[in-house]
Amino acid sequence: MTEISDRQALPDLQRRRLLQLMGGLLIASTGLLSYGRLWAASGGNASQTRLLVVFLRGAYDAANVLVPYRSADYYRLRPNIAIPAPDAANPKSAIQLDEQWALHPVLRESLYPLWQKDELAFIPFAGTNDTSRSHFETQDRIEAGLDEHASLTEQGGFLARLNAELGQPASIAFTAQLPVIFTGEVTVPNLALRDAGKAPFDARQSNLLSALYKGQPNEEKVKSGLQMRQEVASMLADEMQAASRGAVSAKGFELEARHMGKLMRDHYKIGFVDVGGWDTHVNEGSSQGLLANLLGNLSRGLVSFKEEMGPAAWQETTVLVISEFGRTFRENGNRGTDHGHGTVYWLMGGKVKGGRILGDQVKIAESTLFQKRDYVVLNEYRSVIGGLLQNLYGLDRQQLGRIFPGASPKNLGAIYGDIS
Amino acid sequence: MLKKTLLLCVAGMLLSACQNLTVTPSPDSYAPFQCNLHWLERCTLGVNEAAFERWQSQGSDKWLDGQLKTTHPLPPEIQQRVDALDISQQSLQRILAHASDLKAAIDAAQTDEAREAARKSQREYENGIVQDAMRRNLWRAVYSQDSLRERMTWFWFNHFNVFSGKANLRYLIPDYEENAIRPHALGKFSELVMATLKHPAMLVYLDNAQNAAGKINENYARELMELHTLGVNAGYTQQDVQELARILTGVGVNFSEKPKPAAKLTGYILDGAFEFNPRRHDTGDKVLLGHKFHGAGFNGFNEVEQAVKLLCRQSATAKHISTQMAAYFLGKEPAAPLVNAMAATFQKSDGDIAATLKVLLTSQVLQQNAGSFKDPYRYVVAALRQGYEGRIISNMKPAMNWLNQMGEPLYGKLTPDGYSMLGEAWSSEGQMVKRFEIARAIGSGGAGLFDSDGKSSSSGAGFPGFQSRFFYRAIEPQISANTRDVLNLAGSQQEWNLLWLSSPEMMYD
Repeated sequence: MTEISDRQALPDLQRRRLLQLMGGLLIASTGLLSYGRLWAASGGNASQTRLLVVFLRGAYDAANVLVPYRSADYYRLRPNIAIPAPDAANPKSAIQLDEQWALHPVLRESLYPLWQKDELAFIPFAGTNDTSRSHFETQDRIEAGLDEHASLTEQGGFLARLNAELGQPASIAFTAQLPVIFTGEVTVPNLALRDAGKAPFDARQSNLLSALYKGQPNEEKVKSGLQMRQEVASMLADEMQAASRGAVSAKGFELEARHMGKLMRDHYKIGFVDVGGWDTHVNEGSSQGLLANLLGNLSRGLVSFKEEMGPAAWQETTVLVISEFGRTFRENGNRGTDHGHGTVYWLMGGKVKGGRILGDQVKIAESTLFQKRDYVVLNEYRSVIGGLLQNLYGLDRQQLGRIFPGASPKNLGAIYGDIS
Repeated sequence: MLKKTLLLCVAGMLLSACQNLTVTPSPDSYAPFQCNLHWLERCTLGVNEAAFERWQSQGSDKWLDGQLKTTHPLPPEIQQRVDALDISQQSLQRILAHASDLKAAIDAAQTDEAREAARKSQREYENGIVQDAMRRNLWRAVYSQDSLRERMTWFWFNHFNVFSGKANLRYLIPDYEENAIRPHALGKFSELVMATLKHPAMLVYLDNAQNAAGKINENYARELMELHTLGVNAGYTQQDVQELARILTGVGVNFSEKPKPAAKLTGYILDGAFEFNPRRHDTGDKVLLGHKFHGAGFNGFNEVEQAVKLLCRQSATAKHISTQMAAYFLGKEPAAPLVNAMAATFQKSDGDIAATLKVLLTSQVLQQNAGSFKDPYRYVVAALRQGYEGRIISNMKPAMNWLNQMGEPLYGKLTPDGYSMLGEAWSSEGQMVKRFEIARAIGSGGAGLFDSDGKSSSSGAGFPGFQSRFFYRAIEPQISANTRDVLNLAGSQQEWNLLWLSSPEMMYD
């Protein structure tokens, strides 16, 4: 076993060195422009392509967001929390999307318009083959992008590997800690957007602080962290001014998402953010309540993100919303739901061929549940996201194999101007 | 082993005598101090003069045994302040009774203004209670002689994490930390598990309070195996989770103080706000990890105790707990030999935490491994221990706020996995810069640590004393030439503090 993997490791190492060398040259010459040049050959305008991954931590209850309103079992097994079937006379009923699916009514003003404009698609029966039903294990595994048998230690995350394959376009995690998805050989900055205002240190103190780490393991992180804070502060300077004049009244995630939109419009090409609190074991609510509030907050943020980007950048943007697994199809004894399996991913953006439900599907009924309790997984996340990346960036099979080792990409036809 | 190192280092008095024991930095680690000063830093929440003197006069072996086996009183000035807190003056029952009065006042309010005012008093009360717990925790962490116990108290709280933002947990957390966690922090693991299992904070947080026959909620059952005992992928199945959830039915809370009809049933238990209600318990047979549990009928809680014993006895548990403890002290995933040695002691000693910890702290790996990047709690506490030794911080609110800003508030982790043990989880670009900002706040002197906070009277003014005689005697000779050079460039006392508190020496233990 070791012999084989050693042989595989060799070209990989050479490739990394090459990338490092290229990365160095690119930065030395023209910075971001080079990223465009690198990908111009593939035909698309990959240098403008933006990808935001939103991770709903805690496993959101997908069956109450994309509602299988034709399923009698859905209503029978969720006597207290099911969303009423579409009914024009009832504002608390689900919004019909097609002959099978409907949308949670709290999304009527925010995401439903995107669906109507064909900028929003859903991928039901998505997820991993990991059946631990552990939040932490499954989140880590998804972020690592490895199959359910791989060891999770020290392999880094799939967005970090994507970043490396693309020649290191500006990337950022909008989180206080660096998430697993962005760990890897190349350092990706992270910044909790509540800290994005003024730069904390002037040039002299920044130099002194950097000097403390001269020759130390964290030298690069310290240097580029201090520099990033300066840059972000200056990028957001206009917007902060606008906010102080009352132009932006948003708060919480909505405000953060607005900052994200601005930063991804002007600079960053790959972004990640996580939103927590979805583990609704108790009193989840139905059309209103706990889950509805969370969804309202999230969806207002996503719409702010789009607004702040403006139409031109939005045309180049894809937002992928994922979660570690779904929840039990039956409600539990406490009007909530427990850990499940298959979930529903969302795709949004100007590049998305939306207004459609994508991927393999099965009729939803008690008889088709996985282990008699959850949605099955028919659209394995590595294949689905691999296919998406292939379409967005025109990556070849070898490149995809390095991002998602051992997975075959599955083309859902979700992207306009597919450059694969 | 320990004795030998001692001879090398302490007998010579001058720590610089062992500077040849340098450790090569690896990408995620760095050796802040050399030799045994580093070991002392790791076994405590930060070296200060008192800890250093005690350790020098006792020697490592005796000092460590004292840390593992004895409990010392807090300095009287600190104890007085702790005693004056609401959470010390009032029992949990009393706090809950007051909380329900406040809630009743909201319900009874006739006007919007009255309702808002009633809500405000409720908010103030619940925030006051949880902040009391933070004050007590930080006072102990900074001033207690039993620094290892305080370090382990944080660790176990984190291992059996509960979140103050859920339901009424603000009221329950002070008691949880004080009575379920701290007394067992160096005791028997199975007793620690039982203490958390029987605490309303855990039962509310992981929803077992709602778990009843025919209305199964498997949240706690899953985490009890995955996080608290066996560890994920330890071979248990979804079926085991469901069976354990059935065993745990009826294990709940009773905040009402009113006798329930079920109280007359055999097997009913009411212990404070903890309640075992046989009427809610599933009396059928269960199979957990291949062991059959006969429906214990009227003595259902016995079944719970048996199940916990079974879980604690598993070799997977010994390994999982050893791995977690080692990761906490090393800042990275520990290697198998160390884990195996710890796990063997854990099993042999029936889960004796102090004995298991001793294997770790006296191991070659711990003494020689390069430093681990401190999580925010260890960082803030170490800075305060060093900068304010012998002076009483009357107002811990700035410290609470620093922990918030660095993403590790006390009792503030939403999910049951707790905060990360790994150094790399706290040292990303954004986090490094944030640390420097906090370093500036701690070092600036105007941090408000000596103001009255309404709960504790002002203790006068104070500029942090990082450049103490102790510093120049014991610490300064150990720091790197580079750090020394940069410190020499400081333009003011504040800036010197900023740079010292931002230095690798302070970031790693």
